[in-house]
Parts: sequence; structure tokens; C-alpha cells
Amino acid sequence: MQSTTLIVVLLALSAAGFYMGRRKAFQVSGNDIRTLNSLPSYYGYYTAMWCGIPALIVFSLWSMLDGRAIMAMATSSIADSGVSAQEMSLVYSEVLRFVSGSTIGEPQPHIVEAVARYRELQDTSNAALIVIVLSIAIAGTAFALGKIRRDQRVRNSVEAGVMVFLIACSTIAIFTTIGIVLSVLFESIRFFQKVSFTDFIFGLEWSPQTAIRSDQVGSTGAFGAIPLFAGTLLISFIAMVVAAPIGLMSAIYLAEYASARLRSYAKPLLEILAGIPTVVYGFFAALVVAPFFRNTGGLIGLDVSSESALAAGLVMGIMVIPFISSLSDDVITAVPQALRDGALGLGATQSETIRRVVIPAALPGIVGGMLLAVSRAIGETMIVVMAAGLSANLTANPLEAVTTVTVQIVTLLVGDQEFDSAKTLAAFALGLMLFLSTLVLNVIALHVVRKYREQYE
Amino acid sequence: MWCVNIVSSMSDLEHTGQRAINTVYAGLGRRYAAERRFRLYGMLAVLSGLAFLVVMFTSIISNGYSAFRQHYVQLTVEYDESRVDRNEPAASDFEGIVKSSMREMFPWMSGRSDKRKLYGLVSGDAAYAIRDRVGDNPSLIGSREALWVLLDDDADMFFKGYVTPVRRQLMSSGITLALEGEKAVLTGDEAAFEVIVTAVRDHLQAQLAVARKEFEDMGRLLEETEAGGDRDEVVRFKAKLESLRMQISGLQARISSTSLNEELGSGMPSFLINLDGVYIRINAITATGVSGVVFAEDVTGLPTIFDQWQLVTLEMPPADRRLSDKEIVVLLALQDRGQVESRFNSVFFTAGDSREPEQSGILGALKGSMYMLIVTLLLSFPIGVAAAVYLEEFAPQNQWTDFIEVNINNLAAVPSIVFGLLGLAVFINFFGLPRSAPLVGGLALTLMTLPTIIISGRAALKSIPPSIREAALGIGASRVQTVFYHVLPLALPGMLTGTIIGMAQALGESAPLLMIGMVAFVVDVPQGFTDPATVLPVQIYLWADSPERAFVERTSAAIMVLLGFLITMNALAVVLRKRFERRW
Repeated sequence: MQSTTLIVVLLALSAAGFYMGRRKAFQVSGNDIRTLNSLPSYYGYYTAMWCGIPALIVFSLWSMLDGRAIMAMATSSIADSGVSAQEMSLVYSEVLRFVSGSTIGEPQPHIVEAVARYRELQDTSNAALIVIVLSIAIAGTAFALGKIRRDQRVRNSVEAGVMVFLIACSTIAIFTTIGIVLSVLFESIRFFQKVSFTDFIFGLEWSPQTAIRSDQVGSTGAFGAIPLFAGTLLISFIAMVVAAPIGLMSAIYLAEYASARLRSYAKPLLEILAGIPTVVYGFFAALVVAPFFRNTGGLIGLDVSSESALAAGLVMGIMVIPFISSLSDDVITAVPQALRDGALGLGATQSETIRRVVIPAALPGIVGGMLLAVSRAIGETMIVVMAAGLSANLTANPLEAVTTVTVQIVTLLVGDQEFDSAKTLAAFALGLMLFLSTLVLNVIALHVVRKYREQYE
Repeated sequence: MWCVNIVSSMSDLEHTGQRAINTVYAGLGRRYAAERRFRLYGMLAVLSGLAFLVVMFTSIISNGYSAFRQHYVQLTVEYDESRVDRNEPAASDFEGIVKSSMREMFPWMSGRSDKRKLYGLVSGDAAYAIRDRVGDNPSLIGSREALWVLLDDDADMFFKGYVTPVRRQLMSSGITLALEGEKAVLTGDEAAFEVIVTAVRDHLQAQLAVARKEFEDMGRLLEETEAGGDRDEVVRFKAKLESLRMQISGLQARISSTSLNEELGSGMPSFLINLDGVYIRINAITATGVSGVVFAEDVTGLPTIFDQWQLVTLEMPPADRRLSDKEIVVLLALQDRGQVESRFNSVFFTAGDSREPEQSGILGALKGSMYMLIVTLLLSFPIGVAAAVYLEEFAPQNQWTDFIEVNINNLAAVPSIVFGLLGLAVFINFFGLPRSAPLVGGLALTLMTLPTIIISGRAALKSIPPSIREAALGIGASRVQTVFYHVLPLALPGMLTGTIIGMAQALGESAPLLMIGMVAFVVDVPQGFTDPATVLPVQIYLWADSPERAFVERTSAAIMVLLGFLITMNALAVVLRKRFERRW
């Protein structure tokens, strides 16, 4: 809450800086703004920027780093007494828990001391932060006001500042990608130090539960990811079997046959399917579709699991339909009318035109769309978490329960975690695999779609 | 000579032309059929897509609409001074007040387990309701009043018809009541108990069918074993076969017997007889009538001859339902006295999560969603707009820009769960932000929705014709001024549309939030950006995992609320687009 107040104060100071800067501009121009280099408000913006931006930068750096620094200082006496790094992290978390007051019980004396020191340092840090940030803001304002002259080119300075902001914002996408890669890569490397890469990639056994004592059964845990990959592919395959024909055919129908009226109703309705949250699909799969398959299977003497891959795959297919249909619709409408006219002029029927001319012409785009849809199905989480199984099962039978990469990531990471166990780290290794495979699919698909667009532009 | 040639070649030509046309005509039927088929497939594809939509919506609405109403029960509460402490009302025994009120109404529920069942019919929330009532009006202490309190979820489910189908029939053939201690014997003519007799016979028939099936299977098994020659097995199977034969003949005799004499087991529907508000559960049937247990404290005042009575059938056998006959009789009696009422379920909209379905609501999740969306909007809108402006208006055409574009397009297709991993590793583990907080969820979802906003923002900027920019530049505006004073205001509606769609996406997202701990069971309604919270889709996920029937309806209702928000947001985007769309 305190930091919110500080930010509000900072904003208010900047607003004040704006007015002071503008007034100063009027002053130096002798109330004749024609003699100024820039419009008066630019002098205001200039002052406001000098007031707010350096202070904000200091503020954010400080709040990012102070927790660690305070913790290191508070526990320095414990660290000096020759405690290993691992025990230190335990001490850190213990101190944090007591500081936030979420633990009941009597802590050990050295922890009590550290907690007291931590609180004290935190108070000092907060007070120092306020003083420093506010003085930087005031100093910045004074500096800017001092620099205001009649011929100073403040507009250029302000615009340069704006450009820096714009460029910084546009690079966030890159930083996000780097962040994703680094965050999954680091933990994955730690995982592969514990479990060999080939065991992970080619192993047929997946049971990440590691026992607490080493003499218990299954003490090592098995991290062979093949059953997960197989399960993911099976469910995605079922989804594509459902979605590809329905999505493609409805795109063809809506683009080539349907009247404008029907199209204007049917298209948005189909797109509703794309807007429904996946958790709703998951609930639908678990509540309606899976019991339906189990019961019908029971009627005809088939043993269908209540978490069958079929149910999850079908519902995922429904989810992917609008995706395929709208992408295919785009590429089909992008095929030049001249191609259709040529085929129709030669006496082909409409369906012959579509099958022999339009679809082959649009094929790269359609394939690209399908690849994007596959990547989406592979990465889809909630439907499979709610409707697919948890135990790894290497099978190609769609009536049995299988598990997927995303389901395992969720089950491994939900709940309490310790970041040094292979079990938790395995989730990041799976995340890396997921990211890489979808990345490859996306890059290929985007490339194909882009090439296709250029072809007809 | 050459004339002839021409003529002959012309007739040749005519001939081949004729042949070609004939071929075309011959194939035409097949081709038209293919055309019709193709068209039909297309139509079927669209229809099946729409059918999925309809099935999904109907199943969710039919499961969820009943959650918007909730049943309340009227208790006569005595704010007894021995229970309510005048000086310290908070420490009083409010649960005891509820219990004694229930005991007073149904003294015949007297056994230990019966009492527990009786108290279980009222929600645990009733004690809190009484506490609040006394807290607000201390003058009530020492007095009595009628108070409406929440029913337990199982009882609520019964009144909503999910526990068992209840059939009430008014019977007008007279019966006579005779009391033998606890047991009541009812005698009447054949028509009076015909329904029960039929049900008993049906039940016996079903048992007979099962026994016959088992008998046939056993016979086949015996033949196979005899061929195999395992002596011991053969002997054992023969004995079993013999006992089945006995069972079948016994059942046949019981069915065809004119003087029926059967006990009603727990595998059968329950039959209750309502004599002027006193319920009798039928245990056995004989040739002359039925006998059963009276569920009432004092029956001495009852008349012995009834011309009209009510037969209540609970069609789900007691073994298959969550409420016993006794509990249902209590509920029916309360209903008969007008002490049960269905009201709008305000708890659902004003409470946080709870383990008790009747006390759980979506307010906590709604507020969590709200805080999270505020964070997402405040970050992603300015950043997204700035990035779109830079890429569309200022960025030079070079590899760096290309690289940014590839990154954005790729991020738009990265699975959402990966953003959860990013949030967990960076925001929580590295920066040490609190787990389960809307702030962290908002940050992760900002990164997820940015590509959507950037892509739609660029499309909006692209649609502004260059003449606007040229005019502004021509009268001496700088490039930044051109963009911020002229291009951006015109593109803003389009950008807002994209932002709203991105927000709708963020509102419905749950997978990344599971990663950063927003699945915690949070009872308190969050009050700020760093309080532990959950969001609406995650609440749906949590409830969907709960086995209680009442949570199924609440899950569906929460989905309806979520879809309501999403539809509103998307409709807003459409309206915005229609209202401000300009064709240049």
C-alpha cells in the first residue's frame, strides 16, 4: 500500500512539474510564445519527465532489489556461523514466513533475532526509499526548470523520450521470449543434471512420485516422457480428426455457398465457440461427454474409461473448429476470383471448381492453419486437466485414459513445491519440450501462411 | 475434291463434338450428385459446429439455472439466556439454539444418529445467521421468533428434485389404521395398495430375471467344466446350480401367490403414507394390508379410519440416494407446514468460496478477476498501443523489426501454460512477488495478451489512410505530433476493440494462473492486489472437481456468469467497432 501512495505522490509531483515548466516557459518568453522554440506544453512535459522518470527508475530498482539485500544483511550473522547454502535458503524462507506472520509457533532464537533485524531494516529501507525517491523527483524538477530557455529545443528532447518509451515497449515481446526460454531452460538444465536427457526423451516409464526415504519402493522415480508425448499426440490427433473436416468444410460452405445473410449469422455463431473459456470445455467434457461415451460404450459392450482420450479429444476438437474454419475462410476468400471464373467457364461445377482449383490454390494457407491448430491442441491445458487421466499409459487405444504433457506440468506444479526435487524440475523440462515443439510448428506455419499471402498480394 | 474433304472432316468434327457432348451428358448426373453431396457435407459441417454450441449451452444452462435459487427453512428460534451470553454474544452457543429448535419440531428423531441427521439438514450457516441477528438486536435475548435460515445442500438438492423423483398420489379408497406399539398396520381393500403390490411384484420379477440369467450362465459353465473334467469344480457348480434352481422356484411362487407377504427392502423405492400430516413408512405388505413405522411423536389422537390419504413414492431406492427416508420425511413435513421457501440465491453473489456448497459464492472469485484484469489492462493497453505505434509508424524496415514481428506472432501462438511457467520462474521465484496474488496473475496475463493487442492495434493503424499523415506533416507537425494528435485518435476505437477482446481472453484464462498458485482455497474475499485470491475460471475448475451435486449446479451457474461477462465484453467490442468504424 505504501508503494501505491508513493507512486500517487510521484504522479502528483509530475503534474505539478508540468504546470511549473509551462509557467516558466511563459515567463522566459515574456508571455509571447512565438519566441519560444517549442509549444509551452512541451516545456511542461519536459519538466514532468525529469521529475517522474528518474525517480520511477530508482523506485522500481530499489523495490526489486531491497528484499534480497535486507535478507542478506538480516541473516549475515547466521551465514557467518558457517551454514551451508542449502540451509541458508531454509533460513530465508523461515524468516519470511515469520515476517509475514503466517506461521504459528515458537521460532528458534537465531531466527527471532533475524526476524527482528529484518523488520528493522525493512522500516529503514522504506523510509530511505521515500526520502530518496522524493528528493530525486524534486532535484529532477529543479534541474529541468533551470534548463528552460527560450531557444531550448525541448520538443526534440520530449519526442526522443517518447521514442525511447515506444521502442522499449516494442522490445517487451523479445524480452518475454527470452524470459520464457531462460526460465524453462535453467530449471531444465538442473533437471537434466539429475536425470539423463536420453532417459527423459526415450524412457517408456513415467512415475514422477519420488519417495521420501531412499529405501522405499519407487525411490528413484521414473522420468521417461514417451507415454506423455504419445498421450498428447493421441488426443491432438483425435481433436484434429474431429476439427479438420468440420472446420474446413464449414469454411468452404460459408465462403463459397452460403448466402450473405446466412454467413452473417453463422460465422459469428461459430466464432462464439472460439470465445468460450477452455475451462468451460473441460467441464463440459467431464460432465457430459465422458459419461456419455462410457455409457454408450457400456451399452455396446465396450469398456470405455471415464477419462477416455476420446472424450477429451472430441471436446478439444470442438474447441479447435472455429480456429481452423476462420483461418481457412481467410485463405479461401483470398484466392483470386479469376481462378474460379476460369474453372467455371470451362464448365466445371462449383464443387469441382472448389476441389480442383480453389483448394489446391489455397492449400499452403490451409496447411499453415492446420499446423497452428495442432500447436494449439498440443498446448491446450484445461480440457485435458479436467477430462483426461493422470497416470501415464502408453497406448494407442482412444477408449483408455492417457495423460498429456500439460496435465503433468499442472499436477507437478500445483500445490507445494520444492525447487530442488527432480519432480518439480521435471515440469520445467516438459515445459521446454512443449515450448520447443509449439515453436517449431508455429514458425513453420507462420512462414507458410506468410509466403502464401505474398503469392496473391 | 478438297470440297469433299472439308465436308467429310466437318462431319467428323460434328461427330466428335456430338460424342464429347454425349460423354458430358452421360457424366452429368454423377457430377450433379457429387455437387449436391459436397454441398450437403458443407452444410452438415456448419450445422454440426452449431449443434455442438447448442448442446454445450443447453447442458450448462439446464444444469445451472437452479443454482440461482436456494431453499430456506423457517425455524422457531429461542434466544435463551442460558445459551446467549448477554455480555459476550460472540461466545454463545448458537449451534445449540438451532439444534434445540429442530429437536422441538421433530421429537421423534430421537436416536443418536437420527439427531445427527436432523441437525445436518440445516446449514452450518444458520448459527452465524442467528449470531448476526442477536449481534444487531441484543434486545431479542430472552425472546422467541421465527427466523428463516439456509437449508443444507443435500436438503436443497432434494427440493430441487435431484435426490429422488417424488410421486404424490391422492388415494380415496378408505383404509383403517391400527397401532401396535411402534408399528402401524393399515388395512384396506385391494385397490388401496395396488401401487405398492405392483411395485413389489416388479421388484420380484427383476430379481427373478437376474437369477435366471445367472442360472443359464452357470449351466453353460458347468458343461464346459464337465468337458474339462475337473471333478471338484463340477460338484461345486452343481450345488450352486441347485441352489439357484431353488431360488427361482421360490421367487416364482412368491410372485404368483395370491396372498402376498413380503418385506420391502432397501433396493426398492420407498413408500410413505401421509395420513393428515403423519407419515408412515411401509416396511412390509401382506394380503390384507401394509405395515410400517410411524414417523411422529404422538399418534394417540389420530382417527382410525381414513377416507382420503396420500401415497408418496420416493422412486430412487434408499441405497442409491444421499438422504434416508427419515430425513426426507422431515423435509416433507416441513414443506407441508409451509416452513420451506425457495428464494433468490443471494449467498451465491455475496460470499467467497466454502467447503459447504450452500455457503459458497463467487464474490471472492469475481473480485480476484477484477483486480487481475485491472492490472492487466493498466499494463497491457499502454504497452500494447506504444508497441503497435512504434512498429507501424516509426520502425525502420530492417532485420531487427522483422525479429520483433516474428517474436510477437510467435508469442500469440505459444501455449498459455508456458506463460504460467514464466510467471512462476520469474515473478515468483526471481522477484519474490507473493504467490496466489492477482498482481502476479495480471503480470503473466499481460505478457499473454500483449500480442493480441499489438496485432489488432497495428491493423487499426494500418487502416488509417496516409492522407491524414501527409496533411499533418504538410502543415508542419513533427512525426510524433502527427501520430499522437492525428493518427492515434482515429485508430483508437479499433485499438480499444482489440484490447477488449484481449481482456475477454484474459478473463477466461486459467491455465497460467494454476501455475502461479491461484488455485489455493481462498475463503476471504480479496481486498487488494497482493491478497491471495482466485479468479472466476479457476473457481469453476475447483468446483468442477468437487463431488457434491450442489457444486455441479454452482459450477454451471458460475460458468453462466462468466459467459455473461464474456458475451457482454465481446458485444461491447462489436458495438464499438460498428459505432466508430470509418470507411476511408
